[in-house]
Amino acid sequence: MPYIPNTAADRSAMLKAIGVASVDELFADIPAKVRIGDLRIPEGRSESQVVDHLSRLAQSNVQNLTSFVGGGFYDHFIPACVDQLASRSEFYTAYTPYQPEASQGTLQAVFEYQTAICRITGMDVANASLYDGGTALYEAAMMAVRITGRKKIVLDSGVNPIYRNMLYCYTSNLAVDFQEIEVVHGQSDRHRIADALDENTAAIILQNPNFFGGVDDFSDIVELAHAKGCLAVVSAYPISLGLLKTPGAMKADIVTGEGQSLGLPLSFGGPYLGFMATRMEHVRKMPGRLVGQTEDAQGRRGFVLTLQAREQHIRREKAMSNICSNEALCALRALIYLSWLGRQGFRELARICAQKAEYAKTRLSAIPGVKVKESAPTFNEFTLELPCDARDAVSRLIDKGFAAGFPLGRYYKGMDNYLLVAVTEKRSREEIGHFAEALEGIL
Amino acid sequence: MNRLIFEKSVSGRRADNLPRLAPSEAGVKLRIPKKYYRDDEAALPELSELDVVRHFTNLSRKNFSVDGNMYPLGSCTMKYNPKVCEKIAALEGFSSLHPLLPQLRGGGMLTQGALEVLHETERLLSEIVGMDAFSLQPSAGAHGELTGMMLIAAYHRDKGNKKTKVIIPDSAHGTNPSSAAIAGFTVVSVPTGPDGDIDFAKYEAALDDEVAALMMTCPNTLGLFEKDILRIAELAHKRDALLYYDGANLNALLGRCRPGDLGFDVVHVNLHKTFATPHGGGGPGSGPVGVKARLVPFLPTSIVIKRNDGTYALEYEREKSIGYIAPFYGNFGIILRAYAYMLLLGREGLRRVSDNAVLNANYMQARLKGRYELPYDRRCMHECVFSAARQSLKGVHAIDLAKALVERGIHPPTVYFPLVVKEALMIEPTETESKEQMDEFIEVMLELADLADKDPGQFAAMPRNTPVGRLDEVKAAKDMRFKA
Repeated sequence: MPYIPNTAADRSAMLKAIGVASVDELFADIPAKVRIGDLRIPEGRSESQVVDHLSRLAQSNVQNLTSFVGGGFYDHFIPACVDQLASRSEFYTAYTPYQPEASQGTLQAVFEYQTAICRITGMDVANASLYDGGTALYEAAMMAVRITGRKKIVLDSGVNPIYRNMLYCYTSNLAVDFQEIEVVHGQSDRHRIADALDENTAAIILQNPNFFGGVDDFSDIVELAHAKGCLAVVSAYPISLGLLKTPGAMKADIVTGEGQSLGLPLSFGGPYLGFMATRMEHVRKMPGRLVGQTEDAQGRRGFVLTLQAREQHIRREKAMSNICSNEALCALRALIYLSWLGRQGFRELARICAQKAEYAKTRLSAIPGVKVKESAPTFNEFTLELPCDARDAVSRLIDKGFAAGFPLGRYYKGMDNYLLVAVTEKRSREEIGHFAEALEGIL
Repeated sequence: MNRLIFEKSVSGRRADNLPRLAPSEAGVKLRIPKKYYRDDEAALPELSELDVVRHFTNLSRKNFSVDGNMYPLGSCTMKYNPKVCEKIAALEGFSSLHPLLPQLRGGGMLTQGALEVLHETERLLSEIVGMDAFSLQPSAGAHGELTGMMLIAAYHRDKGNKKTKVIIPDSAHGTNPSSAAIAGFTVVSVPTGPDGDIDFAKYEAALDDEVAALMMTCPNTLGLFEKDILRIAELAHKRDALLYYDGANLNALLGRCRPGDLGFDVVHVNLHKTFATPHGGGGPGSGPVGVKARLVPFLPTSIVIKRNDGTYALEYEREKSIGYIAPFYGNFGIILRAYAYMLLLGREGLRRVSDNAVLNANYMQARLKGRYELPYDRRCMHECVFSAARQSLKGVHAIDLAKALVERGIHPPTVYFPLVVKEALMIEPTETESKEQMDEFIEVMLELADLADKDPGQFAAMPRNTPVGRLDEVKAAKDMRFKA
């Protein structure tokens, strides 16, 4: 039997040691009337059959599209060493490092990951990971509620609509109120945000670049928030931090984001990586696991899970969060990826993405009838206004071999003609050129 | 010797090899004003690719893992993770698939293979646990619990029920009360009775019309099947309270009984336990939630449907759905591995999983109970819970036994959980360990029991052969050093 080593002889020896005649006796506590004979599922298949079947299914997904789809999830190149190193089963077949002496590999990697996240975001302390960018943002919102004792959240509409939907879902049983503020001219609306922030507000939640691609410096908004005793939460796209002002430099209190871009495959939506970082003063209110440095009796440096009194296995219903399994292996991938990029590569990658996007913007907006929507500067993603419904344009471009972008009409009223286009370092000048020709051809 | 990667950095060294910009691309002027730029460089390490590779290869050697060590960590089901599932998850046709593709007009047809995997996994899980439908979106067990609690809240709200409480046995995982609280419920804890089951009389007394649900793990965290489960369910249902099944211990029941038949209304399954996906050093996991028909309208958005023509599609508009609990369709890469595992094992294989998991745990229990206190002396299911109470009289605590096992190259059982057993040692061998390996573990445990009797002072220095010795956890909490 695959993966089960017990032989008939093993089983009879073990049954004898236990003092029962059959395995069935071991299940005697299950009431007779609910015992089942057989599951109504197919018989097992050989390894080669399963590989064949799933390879066929994999091939039935279309793979040869040139993609300009982003929306918070990006087609970046993954260096081979990320896959190779993260495939070491000493990493991936270990559990949460509860026994530190037997888990220094994982613990040191998480400590280094925490360091890397702090360095790219400009923050003091990062946790060991959360599920994804959306749940990380929800955890940040609740963390702000705990810190301030207030129940209102001001939410910029430039925050990924998927994340906003998640925030509403998670807080539906909790007394948390949201006030959304529309983006104007591609950036956050200072005046309306200033009006919305009050003594009941726990936090303002912002995203940089925003969902439309607009880049911003939230320093002034953070200052407004702090003046009212509110926290500023910024969801950031990590690759952009190679060039753009960090949330830390903007004096944000909590930073979250989706770490998929840091060496994780798109993999149809997961597993992904939610990162979270904050200021030292808030560390005890932060959810998730945290690795700290310490030493053994001989003074040798080592790493342990720490401040566990925040967590569910100690605090139960009073814990900061219910999270247990996190995304440790994804955090390891992010760390390896950032180590491979290094100080110079991190900046250079951001610059390549920005340059290519700017080039694409120039090419695409030169097409008659196509305009760049907003006046805000952009990083690697931008919004185009088409002379037709963007959904139709995308559908027609799929036939020509392009995933043209994400039509904003799906999430924003009155934006049926707008298309969100993302460009990563993987898109060549030729691909951008062919895309521009194809778009022109279908209009 | 344990230098951090940042401490290996040499200014000017590089591993990255990024594409170069074409002159026409480089020539376009970036229109980002200066004030939007960061004014420092992120201090990431500067290394060659070999430096990076050596660093992480050496780090990996400092881990115990299922592939390298016996890992009988109770409640975590550290079974072998078949290699073929890793190979399948890496197939380009799955790994490179953008999750927004099926949301584009005409895009659904581009992802039929992936949607089929989701749909078929839901169908298999539904049959295995006896539910009517599944959502694969929760990213972990605790995430599944929270989703389940939100479904239960939505169900009661829809019926106009005013229910505020969730009953949870004191033997439950900490995630249970935490998840219930986050979903807005008040937690009512019910003690464990003398035989290790929930104290039935106290449960009955706690059950009133304000109880929305009872959260149970079955077998419970003592590794014992709740003998009264049918009566427990009947009483709850009379009050329109729902039964939630924490699937952490499902590895005991495959092909023997189904939570749905036991009376459970909502179930989460840990794919990273029962269905052999790797634990990843703490994640990613996957915690799909299954429900009975009356809860189907509330399932999270989106939902995979199979059309009459055999094609698959995503449905977003469901009036009563609790909404978005994940950005997309769940931890697809993990779901894919679990799907492959179910196909590999099939009907017979899954039943043998539980048969052998339960056999192995009972063998451990039988062989060790002479030397270690067994607080609930009855047949166990897939794990057995001992106490180091006898050894602790000599000053050797559960943690000391754990460190001694580390020194012997064996990952320790779960210690100090469940909380209802003092000095708990929770052993879950799983079905993938051989009798020889278990015998070796048993011999070590018996030797350690001898050592605790004869020379208990020896334990304090253990482990002596690991990269570091016992670490000062108080110092870590006091120093609060979380980064380089």
